[in-house]
Amino acid sequence: MSKTILVYAETRDGKLRQVALETLGAARLIAGDGDSIRILVAGSNITEAVSALKPYGGEIIYTVEHDDLEHYNPDAYMAAIEAVLGVAKPDAVLFGHTAIGRDLAPLVAASMDAGQISDVTAIENNSGEAVFTRPLYAGKAFEKRVFVNGPWVVTVRPNNIPAAEAVEGVDTSIEDVAFPAPSLRSVIKDVVRKTTGKIDLSEAKIVVSGGRGVKSAEGFKPLEELAELLGGAVGASRGACDAGYCDYALQIGQTGKVVTPEIYIACGISGAIQHLAGMSQSRVIIAINKDPEAPIFKVADYGIVGDLFDIVPLLTQEFRKVLVS
Amino acid sequence: MKIVVLLKQTFDTEEKIEIENGSIAEDGVKFVINPYDEYAVEEAVKLRDEHGGSVTLLSVGPDRTSEALRTALAMGADDAVLISDERIPDDEYAVSKVLHAYLAKETPDLILGGNFSVDRGSGQVAIRLAGLLGIAHAGSITKLTISGNKAEVHRDAEGDLEVLEVQLPAIFTAQQGLNEPRYPSLPGIMKAKKKPFQTLSLDDLGLSEDDIRPATKQSDLSLPPERSAGRILKGEPAEVAHELVTLLRTESKVI
Repeated sequence: MSKTILVYAETRDGKLRQVALETLGAARLIAGDGDSIRILVAGSNITEAVSALKPYGGEIIYTVEHDDLEHYNPDAYMAAIEAVLGVAKPDAVLFGHTAIGRDLAPLVAASMDAGQISDVTAIENNSGEAVFTRPLYAGKAFEKRVFVNGPWVVTVRPNNIPAAEAVEGVDTSIEDVAFPAPSLRSVIKDVVRKTTGKIDLSEAKIVVSGGRGVKSAEGFKPLEELAELLGGAVGASRGACDAGYCDYALQIGQTGKVVTPEIYIACGISGAIQHLAGMSQSRVIIAINKDPEAPIFKVADYGIVGDLFDIVPLLTQEFRKVLVS
Repeated sequence: MKIVVLLKQTFDTEEKIEIENGSIAEDGVKFVINPYDEYAVEEAVKLRDEHGGSVTLLSVGPDRTSEALRTALAMGADDAVLISDERIPDDEYAVSKVLHAYLAKETPDLILGGNFSVDRGSGQVAIRLAGLLGIAHAGSITKLTISGNKAEVHRDAEGDLEVLEVQLPAIFTAQQGLNEPRYPSLPGIMKAKKKPFQTLSLDDLGLSEDDIRPATKQSDLSLPPERSAGRILKGEPAEVAHELVTLLRTESKVI
């Protein structure tokens, strides 16, 4: 029986997020012949995101546009999604495992009486059966999971599933779905943007991370400069967060975020087991630490024993030379 | 104010994971309150002290979960309910149905839980419950103030801070930074031994195995490939910086 797969294409400030294309990529991995992939875009200003999506195909793009969708609000976004569920009647709904996806997917699963597999890092298609790989204990172990009953809800971790590629000669129709304007049980009073213009940690291809060795909030400066040059994000160990050098939002580890960038640069981080769980799936790990015995060196592809305050600015210089030429 | 805290017992985050006969070995493992749930317990106790009412701990898990519940009682919660039944499958769909069966009769004003559990890490159960109970929720909160039938919360949204006003009853999940959980005091530990502790089975909740059939199941379990130590670059700082960037281009080909 053919399935309908609905992809929630996440936007941020009216722009399509990279994770949206990865979620669409996940749908293509799941879909068999005759299955229909459809896309949902919701927001207050989505014209740009919808045109950005069009070359990637999908049978129908459902759009829900309304001022109430300017900021994320679970009641408003659930109402938008339920309106689309009503017309699309999907067998599976896919989200990115982002702040919004993590919040919406379980609500959608409860509403559809569906199972959910969260934070998926890989998908195999075993002769028609979709098998989902996901981390346990933040990546100290991995499980494969399958659905035994439909419908399905899935969230995919950013940076892990190959993004969908554009399809030539696609004929995607766009259907506007009316927003039912529900009464809202929560109201946004204020949004303090701390990350404007910055790349989200979980989506960053390069992460420059600081630990206790950074010594102060000020000590993060050279790390920020390196991250900015590389188009990456700054992270931290629990030690640095507990010491008050940075916000907990930056914490990487078993508590905190799990990241899987192309390059992870650990500066002044000793490498406690909880931290290693959160970053050891990165492609290339670089460790800079004064202590040659620090456990972080056991997982690092390249280690430099030395003072991060000497090394990091020099690294920034070297990268700058390479990136300019 | 009637407060329920959803609590899960998890491995201490210091623990290494080993697999034996296709499942994760628990021998000699130290168990703790899921770190995020610990923030929820602390917040609940503080709110009860400020506004009056009661804090009930609610958990689904094996018998060993009672240790975590006793610890949370020693932190100041009033009573504990452990739903323990081997027929409950390891699937968030089923677990949230079990919790819903209990909570639907209790009508708490406030339900607090952790942002996610550090073992399965799926972050589903609390938010599923908001959907099943038909009440408001906010996930990943770092501040909570109650006045009347409204809560003001600060929510961490990928590093940005959202300030929300939410109608009660509601479910909130705790993020790091919400508070600093207290250690149980000795008198607290003594008192905890005498606090009401209820253990329930599926039958007590009027549920059958059919009501909570899992929607997903595990088909494989493995450890990640171990990373081996690479090489230590030696020399003057300027030399090693140059060498590293060269290696990233020529050897790892990541830039």
